[in-house]
Amino acid sequence: MHEYSIVSSLIALCEEEVGRHKAASVSRVEVKIGVYSGVEPHLLEVAFDTFKERSICKNADFIMHIQPLKVRCCSCGSESELITSRYRCPECESTNLEVIDGEDMYLMRLELE
Amino acid sequence: MCKDCGCSVTEEHHHHQAHETLHHNPQLNDSKTIDVITKILHKNDHEAAHNREHLDKNHVLGINLMSSPGSGKTSLLEAMAELADFSFGVIEGDLETNKDAERLKAKGIEAYQIQTGSACHLDAFMVHKGLHHMDLNEIDICFVENVGNLVCPASYDVGMHLNIVLVSIPEGEDKIAKYPVMFRKADLILFTKTDLLPYFEYDIEAEKKTARTLKPNVDILEVNTKDPQSIKKVIDWIAFKQRFRN
Ligand SMILES: Nc1nc2c(ncn2[C@@H]2O[C@H](COP(=O)(O)OP(=O)(O)OP(=O)(O)O)[C@@H](O)[C@H]2O)c(=O)[nH]1
Ligand SMILES: [Mg+2]
Ligand SMILES: [Zn+2]
Ligand SMILES: [Zn+2]
Ligand SMILES: [Zn+2]
Ligand SMILES: [Zn+2]
Repeated sequence: MHEYSIVSSLIALCEEEVGRHKAASVSRVEVKIGVYSGVEPHLLEVAFDTFKERSICKNADFIMHIQPLKVRCCSCGSESELITSRYRCPECESTNLEVIDGEDMYLMRLELE
Repeated sequence: MCKDCGCSVTEEHHHHQAHETLHHNPQLNDSKTIDVITKILHKNDHEAAHNREHLDKNHVLGINLMSSPGSGKTSLLEAMAELADFSFGVIEGDLETNKDAERLKAKGIEAYQIQTGSACHLDAFMVHKGLHHMDLNEIDICFVENVGNLVCPASYDVGMHLNIVLVSIPEGEDKIAKYPVMFRKADLILFTKTDLLPYFEYDIEAEKKTARTLKPNVDILEVNTKDPQSIKKVIDWIAFKQRFRN
């Protein structure tokens, strides 16, 4: 259940932004969660709703964008989204790929009041 | 340890100001939307990079060991203590007891137990504290024995150079397919307790194939703690990687 640790890092980031912009609270938190980031989106949502109560995000909506795994092929140059966990270029079958998205979690956007 | 590397300096300055743009909302002029675009774990990642600096300065290779509970992480370290030419220390993530650290100390290995209660993974800050207790001048390799868990530790860079992920035969087939995020992180996958293969329905070649579908360039070895040759191969792999850390 590291979703709780992740939410506490997320709320700490929100608090920093609120401080820096001299805002009063956060009304919307938008995150991007990679399918291969290792977090379960549903659990993250539950953790956020539990933790936000005692924080600057008390009244914030939580918006998650689920990011599929996106790779660039180093052999043919094409970019594709992989739907299975088969790391192979759908265009040319090369396994020489560079992951460009879908393995991380980002705070993307905040709405402050 | 950190006096000379300046880690007590706050890292606020390094915040991602550059990415930021303001959109004033004309209807609600008391509300504004800001683009942040920061990794949620960026503080952890920053600390992880800092841990690697400590290791690099001392020419120490850092290796993070991850697996389910009981796959044989501590047993592997004990077996290596008797056979390896390199010297090593271990930061132990067995959070509830100090049994694993005691087992290693009994073999003459420097081991430091991280005490943080019942966390399900180690993060770079915990490992940094552990590094303060390691004499990095005296060792060639620093291992982190992560908390036994195939999910949570995969999300946290703890600041080592390489990841070894263990999977033991009695855990059964399909572990690699079920935990792709963890096995994608592996530089080396160890199939452990291979002495038990005759007693389990376990198609090890099929499991290796799954691993290479997930991560085509991953290294794979088989380990049985009663077979010194198998431990030697792990030692050779580590020693090979260590040669590039000087
Ligand atoms: N048969 C067999 N048993 C093994 C082997 N390696 C480890 N074991 C046994 O597996 C059990 C667990 O081993 P540990 O080394 O404590 O496993 P661990 O991964 O450190 O466990 P945690 O730290 O609790 O996650 C012990 O009873 C070991 O004796 C092996 O190669 N063969
Ligand atoms: Mg152990
Ligand atoms: Zn967890
Ligand atoms: Zn291609
Ligand atoms: Zn430090
Ligand atoms: Zn420092």
